[in-house]
Amino acid sequence: MNELVFFVDNGLIAGLIIGAIYALGAIGVTLIFGILRFAHFAHGDMMTMGAFISLIIASLLQAAGVHGPFALVFIGMFPAMVITAAIAIGLDRIFYKPLRQAGARPIVLVMASLGVTLMLQGVLRLFGGVSARNMFIDRPKSIFQFHLPGANRPIVLTEPQIILFVFTAVTVFALHYFLTRTRLGKAMRAVSDNPDLARITGISTEHVVWATWIIGGALACAAGTLLSMDVALKPDLSWNILLPIFAATIVGGIGQPYGAIAGGFLVGLCESLSVFNWAILLRPIKPYLWFDIPSSLALVPTEYKLMVPFLILIIVLIYRPTGIFKGRVL
Amino acid sequence: MAQSDSPGRRDRHPAAEWQRDVLAFAGLAIIILVLFLSQGAVYSVRVMVEAGCYALLALGLTIQWGYAGMFNIGIMGFLAAGAASSMLISFPANPKFWASPGPMLVALFIGKLFLCGIAIWVANKADRIGVSRRVKGIIVTLVLIASFVVISNHMASMSQEIESTSGWMGGLGLPVLFGWAVAGVVAAIIAWAVGKICLGLRSDYLAIATLGIAAIIKTFLKNADWLTRGTLTVSPLPWPVPTPANGHFVLARSYYLCVVVVIMVLLYLLLQRAYYAPWGRMMRAIRDNEDAAEAMGKDVTKRRLQIFVLGCIPMGVGGAMLIHFAQIYDPSAFVDLNYTFLIWVMVILGGAGNNRGAILGAIFVYIIWTASAPIALWLFHLVAYYGHEWVGWQPPSDLDSRALEMRVFVVGLAITLVLRYAPQGVLPEPRARH
Repeated sequence: MNELVFFVDNGLIAGLIIGAIYALGAIGVTLIFGILRFAHFAHGDMMTMGAFISLIIASLLQAAGVHGPFALVFIGMFPAMVITAAIAIGLDRIFYKPLRQAGARPIVLVMASLGVTLMLQGVLRLFGGVSARNMFIDRPKSIFQFHLPGANRPIVLTEPQIILFVFTAVTVFALHYFLTRTRLGKAMRAVSDNPDLARITGISTEHVVWATWIIGGALACAAGTLLSMDVALKPDLSWNILLPIFAATIVGGIGQPYGAIAGGFLVGLCESLSVFNWAILLRPIKPYLWFDIPSSLALVPTEYKLMVPFLILIIVLIYRPTGIFKGRVL
Repeated sequence: MAQSDSPGRRDRHPAAEWQRDVLAFAGLAIIILVLFLSQGAVYSVRVMVEAGCYALLALGLTIQWGYAGMFNIGIMGFLAAGAASSMLISFPANPKFWASPGPMLVALFIGKLFLCGIAIWVANKADRIGVSRRVKGIIVTLVLIASFVVISNHMASMSQEIESTSGWMGGLGLPVLFGWAVAGVVAAIIAWAVGKICLGLRSDYLAIATLGIAAIIKTFLKNADWLTRGTLTVSPLPWPVPTPANGHFVLARSYYLCVVVVIMVLLYLLLQRAYYAPWGRMMRAIRDNEDAAEAMGKDVTKRRLQIFVLGCIPMGVGGAMLIHFAQIYDPSAFVDLNYTFLIWVMVILGGAGNNRGAILGAIFVYIIWTASAPIALWLFHLVAYYGHEWVGWQPPSDLDSRALEMRVFVVGLAITLVLRYAPQGVLPEPRARH
């Protein structure tokens, strides 16, 4: 039983957590990819930036003497989401819109987003330094333990993990409602499906672009903050988080928000299950086995974790470039 | 999606083009002269050698981006792979390794890799002999899983064995120039594999895949202690010319500079030739209008793969030359900023698709880059000093590392500004006259 608890803790829950983060990031990337038609490389640093803004707001709240039922940084996350969305729109106006209007090829926009990501990185490291930071500034995070019958170890869930699960679930429902029930959401799907046809029918591309950046920016901020709350705020995360998010986007099918969610969880679970040491699960049945259990039976050594999303990406690109949800191949 | 014609291709009189080139290179010569006069020959020759290596990298990128519009942001990976293979070829042999069962294990490993490769290839062709799609899918999956298990098992036992008996493999002790050639070949093989997967799709995929492969190559080189000593670093790497062991730095570095310049000029002449040949014209046709080129009967995907592989060869060679010059092979030193984005700045600033532009951009940007570290530090110390004097601001203790991070910002700013205001670069692509 202890082994099972260990598996749930280190395999399943870890995978679901990182999967939820990837899903939140991938929703933004897939919307931007579908509507603006370029791979947004600055998304990883937008997440870090959002986390920093949350932390700053939390410190301001603490200085103002605010107390709440939740950690201050979670309260600070909501204004930070608004600010990040505004920054995303600002970045679009300054860097991407002029290129779009000049009729640049999509790949030039990808390059511009690389330039933006480097600028964000520079600014973040200039003002934030490179050391990891703790996001819980007002109090330590609460830890919940669930005891299973027959196990000495409890299943451990921390406060940020529960917040993350609830937040992701709410986001998914809200997004579903927005995309299928509201005018703007339907317009976004229309532009994503066929931009020319959407423009002819009178949909304002400008509004759709705004909505894309607002959703993308706000969710990036939330993903960054929640990830940093779970572990710590690391300013040098960018590529390591960006690749799995792109993998999740492509696995789910470009332009498919539900695909992005599924892809995020798939990539996250694959990642945690392939670095999980399966030998631990075999230990209880050791007497019945005809072979010795090796000390480590992980599919992939931990240091090669980044290889998992990459391999998934490669396999999908070779065998099913449209992704599992039949997105587009641009 | 319709590709817009690259903007701003103005009609220029040939004479104006020629004059602009002379002006730009004269400006560069003045900068180099200032460098030599202010910093002394020892340092300046070093900068010039490194700038020459960067010029090779930039030429490789200008083939991919300038000629064919392919977006490779994994230059660091190809460079690192080239550097590592050249290090393995040319570093003196490790006698302890050759006395141990290690060589046998490595040979077996290569054999298994080869067999697995063949098995995967055959499985992928299974539909040719009348196997249904579904069965083929199952066969491919099984073969992939089996190869993965075989390779990873063998690699785990092999690395443990080699690390415990002899530390690491050591080199082969072959001539350096041969090592550089192998560097190009290894980079080309990796490029072929990446290109085969991604080049049928839009460039965004290539960007993502190259970024990923670069990260994985770096992780592998950092952790493969049996192969490259991992983070323990390998030094001193041999030179193709006498090393400055006896203290004649200027002379030794000048010899190295000569080798670099010879290779660079050779590559430049080859590229000039290719650019004006029917081959170069075809490549530009594919870049500017893929559909039209395809309608003319050009095999677009195959040509793209060809040019992607060709572009990666100078990256592998240039990387090997750069690391050999530094004489220390350190996988942790392979960072995206220095070895990918800096080269992008060089190419788009110098003028994509213009070979002279790539060389000009590489040398100019690299000189600025080497000067930028002391300038950034000086600026930040100035700010810290006056901040402390006037408002009593206490600068953070890691001010120096933060100041250097500021260069990341400047590189990003340079990319976005050039894209927006001077998408053609200093020396725009020559307008073809047929």
